[in-house]
Amino acid sequence: MAVTAESLSFQDDTFASSDTNLRKQKVQKLFQTLFGLMTLLLILPVAVILGTLVYKGGAAISFEFLFTNPTDGMTAGGIFPALFGTIWLVAVALMFSVPLGIAAAIYLSEYAPNNWLTRLINLCIINLAGVPSIVHALHGFGAFVIFAGMGTSILAASLTLAIMTMPVVIVATKESLQAVPQSFREATWNLGATRWQTIVKVVIPNAVTGILTGIILEVSRSAGETAPIMFTGAVFFLPYLPEGLFDQTMALSLHLFVVATQVPGMPEETPYGVALVLIGLVLMMNSISIAFRMYLRGKKKW
Amino acid sequence: MVSETLAPQSTPGPVSAPAPESIKLSVRNLTIAYEGKTVLENVSLDVRENEIFGIIGPAGAGKTSFLKCLNRMDIFTPEMEVSGEIILDGVDVLKMRNVYELRRRIGVVFPLPVGLPLTIYDNVALAPRLAGIKKKPQLDEIVEKCLHRAALYDEVKDRLNSLGSLLSGGQQQRLTIARALSQEPDLLCLDEFSIAVDPVTTMRIEDVLKELQSETTIILVTNLVQQARRLAARTAFFHDGSCIEVNDTEELFTGTVHDKQTRDYVEGRFG
Repeated sequence: MAVTAESLSFQDDTFASSDTNLRKQKVQKLFQTLFGLMTLLLILPVAVILGTLVYKGGAAISFEFLFTNPTDGMTAGGIFPALFGTIWLVAVALMFSVPLGIAAAIYLSEYAPNNWLTRLINLCIINLAGVPSIVHALHGFGAFVIFAGMGTSILAASLTLAIMTMPVVIVATKESLQAVPQSFREATWNLGATRWQTIVKVVIPNAVTGILTGIILEVSRSAGETAPIMFTGAVFFLPYLPEGLFDQTMALSLHLFVVATQVPGMPEETPYGVALVLIGLVLMMNSISIAFRMYLRGKKKW
Repeated sequence: MVSETLAPQSTPGPVSAPAPESIKLSVRNLTIAYEGKTVLENVSLDVRENEIFGIIGPAGAGKTSFLKCLNRMDIFTPEMEVSGEIILDGVDVLKMRNVYELRRRIGVVFPLPVGLPLTIYDNVALAPRLAGIKKKPQLDEIVEKCLHRAALYDEVKDRLNSLGSLLSGGQQQRLTIARALSQEPDLLCLDEFSIAVDPVTTMRIEDVLKELQSETTIILVTNLVQQARRLAARTAFFHDGSCIEVNDTEELFTGTVHDKQTRDYVEGRFG
């Protein structure tokens, strides 16, 4: 029972670090630190952008700035028509892309057989995501404004945005559906459920957070895009609010471009203020969806 | 004279074929292949009404594929080819069109418990709800009855609204059994249910199965030969894609040797 000096030294030898061990641990520490620092760097651009905007544009923000029309050749007054127009554009785009995108994702994830047609569709979605926004703009102009006869209108611009952002919704939804364990589906099929019942009762409830992520991404992207809407429905200046889907509208992203580059004599804080409102709008919509996601995630676990 | 007619007949050797009216499931020349590669060939066997029928055999013998065909889960695996006849209550399930009704009548329990991320109550109420039962009192009654029968009720009665997927492994497996029972199945298939369950829970589930025998027919696929011996009246030995022997369980273990492979397997000499 007694622990002899001999047995102790034997244990020490066994667990002593060899040179290889020490080098291994050093390399591991090095990479952990290096990659950690790189990750921290990501905070920097966000902090700089938000900091600059708040510092330089914060003074421009007021109730009047948000809720009145621009005056004096846009150098004074507010940005209400642009704010209102962006919300319109994003909302109408979502109305088209969310149902279509989710339906397509459900089909591809839950129903589609693994054949050449499915592979072709997947390839198309990837390519659609890769089309530059200016090409989407020209396509929207040709297809919706001219060919479909919608004219430059909210509808045409929103449809263009919807086509552009649809791949984001499809890919995010498909991935979150496929993250639901196959055993859940099999267990439900075994109870006599049809594929549709399984999708509604088991698959979608467990994929909702991922689907919402896709929608958040889409909102951010459609609110910020300028090129696709400047040919299809957004205008430099409009002294009144749009009344329907076939009216033109102002939009925050285009308005930012205009006040930053096109108008002489613009007060310095105005472009910063517009940018701050645009980012604030997107962040606000994001945080609503994030809060909703956290609420749902708290309820579901496996 | 009377006592003589009531005395049990001693039947030495293999049991003669059971009377047709007591047969629940009759499998004839069942062959299963995946992309042309045969995994189960020419299996024929009968399962009697209200018996526990064991299926034993080493891994890769085709036991799970066999179960998959019974409730037509093979449909979800496009490369799976099935031929032969599976007659359940006189109907060939391979020709049946309403596979959903078929699956409702066959309860399946998998090797690893699948606690769906729903509440305990919703896990058990899922099958009745899928079948269109909406009334709360009726669902309450089914849930309570099935949890009782799966020997889980006392442990979870105070937290029916907490998540089923947060239960322990053994509890989840009993929840899975409760869910399978909520379909009121004519046939209950268990596929190596005790793999992820501790021995005590295994014995509790085995007791449950013995009781259930009076209400339903049970097919028990197991890799524990002693489990088959404890529970099954008759047992089939699957090996290497074919059904080597079907016999009374005790006959497989202690009776005349009909097949050397089977005897070697049940006595642990290979596997």
